[in-house]
Amino acid sequence: MALLEVRGLRREFGGVVAVDGIDLTVNPGETVSVIGPNGAGKTTLFNLITGLDKPDAGEVLLDGRPITGLPPEELAALGVARTFQHGRVFGNLSVLDNVLVGAHTRQAAHRLRTPVLGMVAELILALIQPPAWREERTRLRDEAREVLALFGDRLLPRAEQPAYSLSYANRRRTEIARALALRPRLLLLDEPTAGMNPTETAELLEFIRSLKQRGLTILLIEHKLSLVMQLSDRVIVMDDGRKIAEGAPQIVRDDPRVIEAYLGHPRRGWDARDAQVAGEDDLRVVLPQAHHP
Amino acid sequence: MTSTTSATPTAAPTPLLQLEGIQTFYGPIQVHFDVSLHVNSGEIVCLLGGNASGKSTTMKVILGLVKPRAGHVMFDGRPITGLPTPQIIRRGIGSVPESRRIFPDMTVRENILIGAYTRTDRAAIEQDYERMLELFPRLRQRLDQRAGVLSGGEQQMLAMARALMSRPKLICMDEPTMGLSPLFVDRVLDLIQQINRQGVTVFMVEQNANLALQIAHRGYVLQNGHIVLEGAAQDLLGSPEVRDAYLGGGAT
Amino acid sequence: MPEFTLRTLADQLVNGLVIGNVYALIAIGLALIFGVANLINFAHGSVYMIGAYVGWVCVIWLGWPLGATFVVVALICATLGVLIERFGLRRLQNEARIAPLLATIGISFALDQLVQLIFSPNPQSFPNPLPAARIALGGVSIGALDLLIAAITAAIAVMLFIFLRFTRLGWALRATAQDREAAQQMGVDVDAINALTFAVAAVLGGIGGVMIGMYFTSVYPTMSYGAMLKGFAANLLGGLGSVPGAVVGGLALGLIETFGVALLGSTYRNLFTFIILIGVLVLRPTGLFGARRATPPEPLTGTFVANSRPVHIPRALVIGGLIAAILLPFFTSNPYLLQILTNAWLFSMLALSITLVTGTAGQMSLGQAGFLAIGGYASALLSMRLGLPLELSLLAGAVIAAALGTLLTWPVFRLRSQYVALATLGIGEVINQIILNWEGLTNGAMGLSNIPPLSFLGLPVIETAPIYWFALGILVVAALFQWRLMQSHLGRTWRAVREDDVAARAMGISLNRYKALAFIAGGLIAGLSGAFTAHMYSYINNETFAATTSILGLTMVILGGMGNMAGAVIGAIALTALPELFRPLADARYLIYGVVLLLLVRFRPQGLLGTV
Repeated sequence: MALLEVRGLRREFGGVVAVDGIDLTVNPGETVSVIGPNGAGKTTLFNLITGLDKPDAGEVLLDGRPITGLPPEELAALGVARTFQHGRVFGNLSVLDNVLVGAHTRQAAHRLRTPVLGMVAELILALIQPPAWREERTRLRDEAREVLALFGDRLLPRAEQPAYSLSYANRRRTEIARALALRPRLLLLDEPTAGMNPTETAELLEFIRSLKQRGLTILLIEHKLSLVMQLSDRVIVMDDGRKIAEGAPQIVRDDPRVIEAYLGHPRRGWDARDAQVAGEDDLRVVLPQAHHP
Repeated sequence: MTSTTSATPTAAPTPLLQLEGIQTFYGPIQVHFDVSLHVNSGEIVCLLGGNASGKSTTMKVILGLVKPRAGHVMFDGRPITGLPTPQIIRRGIGSVPESRRIFPDMTVRENILIGAYTRTDRAAIEQDYERMLELFPRLRQRLDQRAGVLSGGEQQMLAMARALMSRPKLICMDEPTMGLSPLFVDRVLDLIQQINRQGVTVFMVEQNANLALQIAHRGYVLQNGHIVLEGAAQDLLGSPEVRDAYLGGGAT
Repeated sequence: MPEFTLRTLADQLVNGLVIGNVYALIAIGLALIFGVANLINFAHGSVYMIGAYVGWVCVIWLGWPLGATFVVVALICATLGVLIERFGLRRLQNEARIAPLLATIGISFALDQLVQLIFSPNPQSFPNPLPAARIALGGVSIGALDLLIAAITAAIAVMLFIFLRFTRLGWALRATAQDREAAQQMGVDVDAINALTFAVAAVLGGIGGVMIGMYFTSVYPTMSYGAMLKGFAANLLGGLGSVPGAVVGGLALGLIETFGVALLGSTYRNLFTFIILIGVLVLRPTGLFGARRATPPEPLTGTFVANSRPVHIPRALVIGGLIAAILLPFFTSNPYLLQILTNAWLFSMLALSITLVTGTAGQMSLGQAGFLAIGGYASALLSMRLGLPLELSLLAGAVIAAALGTLLTWPVFRLRSQYVALATLGIGEVINQIILNWEGLTNGAMGLSNIPPLSFLGLPVIETAPIYWFALGILVVAALFQWRLMQSHLGRTWRAVREDDVAARAMGISLNRYKALAFIAGGLIAGLSGAFTAHMYSYINNETFAATTSILGLTMVILGGMGNMAGAVIGAIALTALPELFRPLADARYLIYGVVLLLLVRFRPQGLLGTV
């Protein structure tokens, strides 16, 4: 069974269709990439899958179980972790604390789910710190250090530094480490190498490859197509909110529809134009979403 | 500087717009690496590039919305680097921003007229207003509607009319065809040519290379903040190098 | 129960519309500023109050005619508005919206106190200079002032409409409000438009102030605060930033208030404002006319938290300081000093509470004094009515404050950034109003007297030094409690919520739960402080824990450094003790607080000891 299945997902913003009937599946252990030109709807799709936004139609299944519209905190508890397009680390928290926040759903405190009483219990237990909590605390700290160690000596020596003081690439790495601390069943990476130089990109490529070899299931949005080609088992191409192609990386890369989506459609017939413009219906707007540089 | 066979020094015109050695950063991220380009009077020049190549930031640098860390921008023979945006506009640059950015709660009429904010010659403004309605007849039917209810294509025309109202020497367009249906795209390109024929120099940023190169005189291709290609539009059109710049170069 | 004839009903209608006209003027100003600068301007009430005073000086001292008076009021207020924008706010344009909001609070503190220093805190009589004759119109009696207010408001509304619709500058103003960056690309100097907007808003506010001064025949420095809140309530009701909405909202609020007062009595006047304020914020933040527009987007993190490394304070220094504080009574015979420091310890607890909620968890609370009040009243009533021993009643006060306060704040958890500030301010006021109006329980404005004095294990604590030690003792207990929570996973989780609530949710953190936990923990500490205060003074009323106390506590926290516990204590000592120790400053203390707040926001947002 597919780990993640998306069926007919659709999202409109004030009459503008950002995601238009997307289907996709990600099987366990697979790395699937979503590519497409600016404004194709990739990040909206990510937000719909991770609960930051609610779809107008369609459904999302995790392990066959519907998760459509669940809030992000519940999805995280189910093992869905993500990183963000522009990197959202907790700036004033140390690198280690950032990673520990990633382990939030694995703490005993997170299992105290009874409304009100669970909350009061959490406060009291946090105050008295019973032995089991202290053990857990030590264990999670050790684990967090292990996650940091995956990045060699990039993060570990800086574990106690506040995240805002890190270089840009290290902040992105911290964000991935944080997501890994959740022990995700599905990891969604939104442009993990954005803003990285070629060396850093190559290093991260190797890192993601190693995650893949460990059997992690990954859904990736990425602009650097060479990276996508090297990492992906399958590639899904979006344009104007729709899926225009899907398949193995090389096949997709040579698909004329994909090239057209990136480079633009050649100009249509000059003559048919005026007659068509008179009609109102074809004036479709696709994306007035905010653009991020 | 040995062989100086090509250009005759007398005919070399000062470009209307010139960017030299621009280096731009967003915080720790470098967006532009030594970007230089120029636009001559009367030309249509397009700046092409894939996602996150730094195209739109180039436009922001020209308009003074983003300040480069190094390099300078010259317009009409004078430096404009680091000037506040309104002053740059007053020097004669009109802007059609990305995703149009019309004023949604103002009427179409008000949107057009605020384009002439920098001018005080009321009679001439009236004339230009009439000319805009001739150039964009669709807007005439909608003068008293809120601009926010217009379709995307109409908004694009409104944004162009608004920019032209300042009587710019240079009009800067950021992705003018983005989000438009294919048929409307053609109409917009046609209008850009028409505007250019009336003497306005056009600098446009486009992702849609095949389209932009059909109307442009020259083009530049930006990839990861570097200008990787430049040349006459017909040379770039269909060139495999352009394709590679978009799709992540030479990976075959 | 007042008798409702058709005639009184009609009279109330006129009253409500007249007051509503003035509220509309205030609300229009706030709407313009919110639209153009995306800012909730807390200094607007102060401009209104200064307008009222200028009008009073012109009419009463100088004997000027009303026409000249209004011109002078308009000129002075416009200048004031421009100065506020230019020197108080312009540099904060690109900061999180909380930063300029705090700056406007600082400005309003400073302006209010300045007027108090010049004209005394007492109300000044402002007799209506117009003929007293009233016209009877079909059973409704209308005074000359009623007509004047209606005429001026209508004239202003028409002029504003013409300005915004038909002038180049008016277009530029609207364009700036709708899309600042696009307006710049039309050649609009948006800084100048900002200043213009503040000037126009200030003129409307100032003229409103003069008219209200005449209407209620007095002017007084604290009139600013209520007017500002009414303006916001009206503005929210109509939709933040909407000018027509502000007019309708103002009129509606005037009517609701007038009929409410006629039905229930004048002490209920403000309750309606605050209930509308909170209700609209929580239920329909876009207001009646704002359906088209969502509340403007906030920056990624809506909180006012500067990146910094906190100053490390060695444990030895903390323990040394504590020992010195314990030993102090043996070395001084000055009871005054001990009293001031006792006060500082109680304020430290308030500051700890605010630094937890606002600094650590990032929820900008302007209503933390409400927790003090609940704690104080609960403990006092439990010991008076049920005879609970003091130790128990203090504890019960703290628990009730935490529980009740958090429950009241719960609806606010869905809001972000400056809306949290506005809503918590409203909740603090609602608590205050409930205390004022629930006479059966709280004895209303008379307050509770003969509250059992402090005692410990049955021994009375009534001497200055033992009270000092007692207060210090519970401060230490509270600080240890908070410290322990900060070291647990809660500290980390709260800070994650503050830094980036979207990322926090994506990591599985339930925002409501951790916001609630922060308010509970902070509420316990504030409640304890309030309870102690009640027994220490043996008398409290609804003024004991006024809204300014909340803002003073917040200033202490910002001074010390957000989320920084040592900073909170040092901030509390500095702001309570220093003005007392240098007596000449004491009268101007709120002027100092305001200026301190303004300077901190601008020049040292991380405070003295840094953000934790």
